[in-house]
Amino acid sequence: MSTKLDVLKHAMVPDHTIMSEEDVRTLLSQYNITTEQLPKIFHDDPAVKAIDAKVDNVIRIVRISHTAGRAESYRLVIRRPKK
Amino acid sequence: MLPEKYEKKIAAAALPEKTKDQLRMFLDGKVITDAQFKQILDRVVREYQSTRIEACEAVGIIAAQSIGEPGTQMTMRTFHYAGVAEINVTLGLPRLIEIMDARKEPSTPTMTIYLEPEYANDRDRAREVSWKIEAAPLHEFGDITTDMENMQVAVHINIKVCEKRKISPMEIMEKAPKNIRERRHYRDFEHKIDEENAIIVFIPKNRESYQNLFQLAEHVRNVIVQGIDDIERVVVRKETGEYILYTEGSNLKDVFDVVGVDTTRTRTNNISEISSVLGIEAARNAIIFEALSTLGEQGILVDVRHIMLVADMMCMDGEVKQIGRHGIAGEKESVLSRAAFEVTVNHLLDAAVANEVDELSGVTENVIVGQPIQLGTGDVKLIAVKPEN
Repeated sequence: MSTKLDVLKHAMVPDHTIMSEEDVRTLLSQYNITTEQLPKIFHDDPAVKAIDAKVDNVIRIVRISHTAGRAESYRLVIRRPKK
Repeated sequence: MLPEKYEKKIAAAALPEKTKDQLRMFLDGKVITDAQFKQILDRVVREYQSTRIEACEAVGIIAAQSIGEPGTQMTMRTFHYAGVAEINVTLGLPRLIEIMDARKEPSTPTMTIYLEPEYANDRDRAREVSWKIEAAPLHEFGDITTDMENMQVAVHINIKVCEKRKISPMEIMEKAPKNIRERRHYRDFEHKIDEENAIIVFIPKNRESYQNLFQLAEHVRNVIVQGIDDIERVVVRKETGEYILYTEGSNLKDVFDVVGVDTTRTRTNNISEISSVLGIEAARNAIIFEALSTLGEQGILVDVRHIMLVADMMCMDGEVKQIGRHGIAGEKESVLSRAAFEVTVNHLLDAAVANEVDELSGVTENVIVGQPIQLGTGDVKLIAVKPEN
């Protein structure tokens, strides 16, 4: 078998990092929101598994943006709802 | 390089990275005074602020119109052999609808497989990788004879074909019966391998029935012994100095496991597959890429911001949701808003049965009841300027 697939290295996957509680607090106060209002990401998402994030972590995503060059986005890790 | 004091100020400015880079590039090598620099930076920041979308602007409507109008000019039905030789790809409006509907499988799944450097520059080695990917049924590897006298199916493996395709006859003979049982779920047979002559014989359990024999022969003919099941065809092409494989059919997960495949660039047009293998952020990028290239291919220019907004909406909740009533539009809080979209009666009936309450906080429901909407100037309740004294 070849080199194991590293999801984070793929060109289509932007950088994912777990945010510290401190960072989350400043983020939430900056936009005056709660974590529930952030976009979501499932706990079994391949990128989440790759950085070993847990439910309720907030993930900072640094995208290569078409317009801004570099753009930050945030997602809250949630459990995938049962079908 | 810019003087450090300027660099620091640019880095700290409230501007997007791209604008900062452009500013750096513009200022590089130019002799300016501090006052001039300050003025330039201030003007750039002000200009940037003025181009930002204003609060309460109805960006969704603008996106809908900006994609919808050019959409009317797209070809209704194109079955081009576009871009890549011989491979058929759905394009135009049907493809755009497919993307927005978040179909589980596109009507023409294709992959673009990039190879690792040691394979990408050599046609023969690229071909080698393609053999491992293209699904090849057993009948391509030898002669299959249905022997009705002895009630058996015999396969004479052609050694030359095996050599060409870099697979040993033994491997084929081991894989064939295994795959018939596991992949095709047909178990009523036994097999005998003659390694020396490269012959494999399949014997049905019920030796009385001709129907069984022919059924078995059919399975033997079509069982996939090399390659990945879903990938029906592979085309090797040289592009921008390297060999790239284009496929008909898509299976991202298994292709990533093949030796020689570049796992950082290989992609598919099946968005739900990307979402499950690479994650939601990759799916978002894929939606933008696919939508943009579908529109671009038809010579239609839609600003990427509109597509980004759509992609963001679709990927908001951690999985790819379609735009229509089974996705975003169907999950709106407001009953009236959902009823206004599609299947009105069902929504109203369900809401009545469930005793649902409409908060009237959105746009559609307020239009329906005839109130000012929460958008633009409608969202501003009161502005009081404190008198200065």
